Amino acid sequence: MSIQETGVQSLKRNKFSEYFQQMRFTFRDPILLVSVLSVLIVVVMFILIPLFTILKESLFHQGKLSLYHYNEIIRLPYNLDVIWNTIKLGLSVSAVGTFIAFIFAYAITYLKIPSKRLFKILSVLPMISPPFVISLAAILLFGRSGLVTRTLLGIRTDIYGFWGLMLTQTLSFFPIGVLMLTNLLQNIDPSVEEASQALGASQWKVFTTVTLPLMIPGIANAALLIFIQSLADFGNAIVIGGNYTTMAVQIYQQGIGSYDMAGATALAVLLLLISMLGFILQHQVIGKKSYVTVTGKAAKDRVLIRNKKATIPVYTFCMAISILVMAMYALVPYGAFVRLWGVDYSLTWRWMKYVFTIGMPYIVDSTILSALSTPIAVILGLVSAFIIVRKTFPGKRLLESSILMAIALPGTVMGLGYVLTYNTPPLILTGGSVILVVALVIRSMPVGTRSAIAALKQIDPSIEEAATVCGASSNKVFTSVTIPLIKPVFFSSLAYAFIRGMTLVSTIIFLVSAKWQMLTVAIMNQVDQGLYGAANAYCLVLIGIVGLVMGAMSLILKKMSIDLGAGY
Amino acid sequence: MNNAAKPVKLKDLTKTFTTATRGEVKAVQQVNIDIQPGEFFTLLGPSGCGKTTLLRMIAGFEMPTSGQILIQDQDVSSKTPDKRDIGMVFQNYALFPHLNVFNNIAYGLKLKKVPKDEIVKRVHIALNMVQMDDFAERVPSQMSGGQQQRVALARALVMEPSVLLFDEPLSNLDAKLRVHMRDEIRRIQKKIGITTVYVTHDQSEAMAVSDKVVILKDGIVQQVDTPQRVYQHPANEFVANFIGKANILDGKIVESTETRAKVEIRGVVFDVPVYKKRAKGTDVRVVVRPESVLVGKQGFTATVTKSVYMGTTQDYRLKFEAWDVEISDNNPTSKRVYDEGEEMAFSFDPDSIHVL
Repeated sequence: MSIQETGVQSLKRNKFSEYFQQMRFTFRDPILLVSVLSVLIVVVMFILIPLFTILKESLFHQGKLSLYHYNEIIRLPYNLDVIWNTIKLGLSVSAVGTFIAFIFAYAITYLKIPSKRLFKILSVLPMISPPFVISLAAILLFGRSGLVTRTLLGIRTDIYGFWGLMLTQTLSFFPIGVLMLTNLLQNIDPSVEEASQALGASQWKVFTTVTLPLMIPGIANAALLIFIQSLADFGNAIVIGGNYTTMAVQIYQQGIGSYDMAGATALAVLLLLISMLGFILQHQVIGKKSYVTVTGKAAKDRVLIRNKKATIPVYTFCMAISILVMAMYALVPYGAFVRLWGVDYSLTWRWMKYVFTIGMPYIVDSTILSALSTPIAVILGLVSAFIIVRKTFPGKRLLESSILMAIALPGTVMGLGYVLTYNTPPLILTGGSVILVVALVIRSMPVGTRSAIAALKQIDPSIEEAATVCGASSNKVFTSVTIPLIKPVFFSSLAYAFIRGMTLVSTIIFLVSAKWQMLTVAIMNQVDQGLYGAANAYCLVLIGIVGLVMGAMSLILKKMSIDLGAGY
Repeated sequence: MNNAAKPVKLKDLTKTFTTATRGEVKAVQQVNIDIQPGEFFTLLGPSGCGKTTLLRMIAGFEMPTSGQILIQDQDVSSKTPDKRDIGMVFQNYALFPHLNVFNNIAYGLKLKKVPKDEIVKRVHIALNMVQMDDFAERVPSQMSGGQQQRVALARALVMEPSVLLFDEPLSNLDAKLRVHMRDEIRRIQKKIGITTVYVTHDQSEAMAVSDKVVILKDGIVQQVDTPQRVYQHPANEFVANFIGKANILDGKIVESTETRAKVEIRGVVFDVPVYKKRAKGTDVRVVVRPESVLVGKQGFTATVTKSVYMGTTQDYRLKFEAWDVEISDNNPTSKRVYDEGEEMAFSFDPDSIHVL
């Protein structure tokens, strides 16, 4: 009431001075100020400015403000086809992928069936492998010289195009849905379903009247996530898309292939808009409607369903998919030793030798750049999560939404943005290694930030306050309390950042130069030239490096958890 | 741990939040409190009264909108918590889950670069003080809530801070343990003689441990006093109702001096102690505690609407004109017990009547 008496003017002034005071209070600590500034600078320079440059370029033609580039999209029917291709593919992959994901998640959490471990591992596998493995394997199986198509069936059809993309994208992206839905299903309190059974519902009725309705927001969420992934996918689309061109590929071909960066910008803005729409829908509309609380664990264990009418068909389905995926993953290492796939299946060292001689620079560069970007991405990810969850500072909301949004940014759009922004003064980075490291960092940091935010929210702030009261400065609190408490996230971020660095293709394909090359680009070039043996060998080496690093990391993790005692 | 106790002074302390939904919220308003060296001072009030905000301002986690916090006459308002020389015990213990008991307690000492053998010595003294000598190697997840809170207390004590802060330290414990732990906290506090600020919403806890209590409502100080005086001479109706049960009735001053007054309550005149002179005919409100109602004594009559045997007391509720009068009759075994629906004669002990 006193607010009205003092008037709006002084309220504004009060608010401002209150805010200013709060800032001074927060930044009593110089280390905090430095961390906030450095995270803000990285986000502004390497996420916001590149996006802004694309938008700006798309609105200028021959130095004047114009909608020329957008007109070009509408004028050329080819471009409209590309847009329609992308959306049609996204919707199809999303529908089928979500369906498979739900069955896997349901089987893992609700059914009494064997091989659950296998299903769980398989559902993580495509996420940590290079984007090409599945496409490459699909070509080896169903391509022009495919094992199934040519050798077994003797038909000369090919997989390139919609159906090939549909197959490979579905197999690549359904796992992310499995993870998400398994988490949600595990959080449904079994007593809700038991209550339904006690009221006379059969197991099928429990499923259709309780479990499924509870999961609808989650399912929609998973569907949107897969849709966004499909839109952004470059690796599969360029390898197996054939004449079925998607927006991500078209942006690359127009920008790099035809040297028409400006022309690519309008398409990039469109792709960005569609992705952002999906992202906003996912977070705003559906995120809030979730019925399932993600905080605590369910009160008790679920009684698993043994009914054979449910278990047998579901098990068969999951097993069939798993065998397909396993076969695909087995095929690539095998193909690395086959002389000429589809023609001459005799074994040879030729491709491995090729990879370790001519291909050596690619292997070394990729590993060095990934190893360089990993600690940067992890530290930035954790620090940004820490300041977002625990501190108040100007620009916090902008920072948080930019980082989370970056998860949904299509890689080709980012690549185009970097090329447009950083190959002209004042800051020229293209051609060097710095921009590659930047790209790898920005493509993996946001996921680390997101999981660290989730982990930090689970930790009572008073634990950190207790450390402060004991005399710890803010960076001491961070290193001696916060990091040890979110150690699992710390290590998974490390692993993720490295894997992401080794497997990324979409953004860096815009940025590689004669001086700095990447393994994934080498694989893509080999596939492009039809040299599947070399492509397979590169893939095998890549998987080997990732496997070695992961193994070493889990060894360190084990050793550290023994040191810290079993209690945590 | 013979730290010289230090005084804490809060001067015009105010905290205003601006929230999206409720606009400006005054969490703490113009609080002036002097806490004496070595005093056990409790901030008491219902949830949302600003007591935790006040404590967190003393700790340095919240910024005062205006006012000062002085520890030993030194303004600490602009210092970060790690520079204020305070110890704090949290509601949820806040032990470091990745460290064992020894390392939890040693944490602050290590930061101060205290020599290793001294750390060992001091941690063991602290453990001994909270009677947890055998638990040094345990990790927090292997201990009960009560044990964890003892360790948290030891972690705060080992630093020998100038001021010890408690933020509802017992509210996560079960009832029996709560009583035990509050006696422990009081015992240790008395032994060390450290200045202590304690936050609770539980009035019996506040009564049991405190030298002095401040009762807060909507961020405003209602009364600062000893537990006895807060109970016997509440400053207003809010305090009277918040601390224990209270019957609050209307009365009229018949005549008054500085120290005694004749007060007429529903036609009966009582000679009661007062602290200031009031004019004849003034309408007043009087507080009578349930245990100060004399059962069976001539004065008033009313119908019993509730009669409950509580073991140490027989509790009644009477319908007396517009009021419900609560009575707590001591040691009922040897007395007549009234049933619901019966008429009861009752009166008040004049010395226990408090004029607001």
